[in-house]
Amino acid sequence: MAKYMLLIFGDAVAWEALSEAERAAHDAEHAAFRSAAGPRVVGGEELVSASVGATTLRADADGGLLMTDGPFLETKEGLGGFYLLEAGDLDEVVALARLLPEVRAGHSGVEIRPVIDHG
Amino acid sequence: MSASVSAVGAAVALAHRREWAQVLATTAQACGDLDLAEECAQEAFAQALVVWPGSGIPDRPGAWLTQVARNRARDELRRRATFRRRLPLLVTSPVADGPEAGLDDDRLRLIFTCCHPALSREAQAALTLRLVCGLSTAEVARAFLVSEPTMAARITRAKKKIATARIPYRAPSPDQLGARVGVVLEVVQLIFTTGHTAPSGSDLVRHDLLDRALDLGRLLHLLMPSDAAVSASLALMLLVSARSAARVSPSGGLVLLSEQDRSRWDAGQIEQGIALLVDSLRRDAPGRYALQAAIAAVHAESPSWSATDWSEIVSLYDLLLAQWPSPVVALNRAVALGMRDGPAAGLAALEPLLGDPSLAIYPYLSAARADFLRQLRQWAAARTAYEEALALTSNDVEREFLLARLASVDRRGR
Repeated sequence: MAKYMLLIFGDAVAWEALSEAERAAHDAEHAAFRSAAGPRVVGGEELVSASVGATTLRADADGGLLMTDGPFLETKEGLGGFYLLEAGDLDEVVALARLLPEVRAGHSGVEIRPVIDHG
Repeated sequence: MSASVSAVGAAVALAHRREWAQVLATTAQACGDLDLAEECAQEAFAQALVVWPGSGIPDRPGAWLTQVARNRARDELRRRATFRRRLPLLVTSPVADGPEAGLDDDRLRLIFTCCHPALSREAQAALTLRLVCGLSTAEVARAFLVSEPTMAARITRAKKKIATARIPYRAPSPDQLGARVGVVLEVVQLIFTTGHTAPSGSDLVRHDLLDRALDLGRLLHLLMPSDAAVSASLALMLLVSARSAARVSPSGGLVLLSEQDRSRWDAGQIEQGIALLVDSLRRDAPGRYALQAAIAAVHAESPSWSATDWSEIVSLYDLLLAQWPSPVVALNRAVALGMRDGPAAGLAALEPLLGDPSLAIYPYLSAARADFLRQLRQWAAARTAYEEALALTSNDVEREFLLARLASVDRRGR
């Protein structure tokens, strides 16, 4: 078994524009994903949109700490949420990730990243 | 029982061509490590060169080589176990939703792993040539016109991704099979078209690549005999490559389909291709490869260019365009239309393609326009179009052909 991070990227404006009914359908698809994945879901959260909630820390030119309002990467599409899964191989993860609504909406996508095992 | 060194050399070369994929695939399945399997398979072939002159060539060279490679891999794994590095291994364990029984073949596992959709098309093609066909990294680099270090890095990265992302070493589950076979066939066709008209360089046809693509097509057909798309893809390659010998003149120049000496076409290959196409059409509605093969078959069965059934070809292109709306297909359809209805009609059919950005640097569009303009005796416009085509092609043989046409237009236009 190995761990995989599913990073859900998308346009926060498009997510916020979902109607109540669309939002409910969206949430139901996530619920279906979680129930299909069962105990393979190790963790997962929806994040406050980067334009509203992100704070970034990095070094400034003098080596001091620079705190900025906003995400590390200023892009139209940002990280909207994540799942941490445990699975046997990539095909198993892809089969589950296909259930996520973000892989079908035009503005979003799901990036699958294997987690390095330092066990 | 011993064998001469030259007989052994020939036997090892033949075994490499025929059995490499089997030796590597079985060893990889046994040891779960693609790199180690590759190393051990290479060593097994090297050992054959040393051992066979004394022992004689075994009755089943593939079995001998596989045995040696597997033993080496097992010894190496034992040795490593004592100071086990934390290396990700191939995921070889079977799953509940496994492939159909007929797909349980190590060579298929290897092919589907090399052509996994999580790898880039470039990586898929490189891995397939390296691991399934057994080409050296230098040969794969030459096939895709990149430097050897670039290709080595590409192959290393792809292997690392297979290991770290745990791309499984197995044939796909039944619900994914159609899509996954589609990816494999696209890789095979990429290798084939790269060989059929080398994108640049002095040779028009790269027979080494054509042969590898045909080997792959035959292997896939052997392993998945009832898959209609697999049969159609092999039929297409056989029908198109049947013309190879007639496509290049004795001096190395390009000979167009219209000018080819049809008696030099490979009749055996055409017969095989048509039989495969018929079989494919019996199994399933025609897909992209079957339609392309059908077009090639109409040409193959036609006694001459002028006697070609252009109505049939245009309607096949219509069907193909509906399934595969590619501008290149639209271009070929326009050329066929010009043959059916005359150069003015062909020229009109090309018109909508002129603004297509994906054809902006495609030399065949300019060349097709130039040819229609030449037939319409619009010499100045034909000249411009030939010059455009010349500026866009990097293949020396095609350049020679276009220069000759340009010169003939100049003579007539004066």
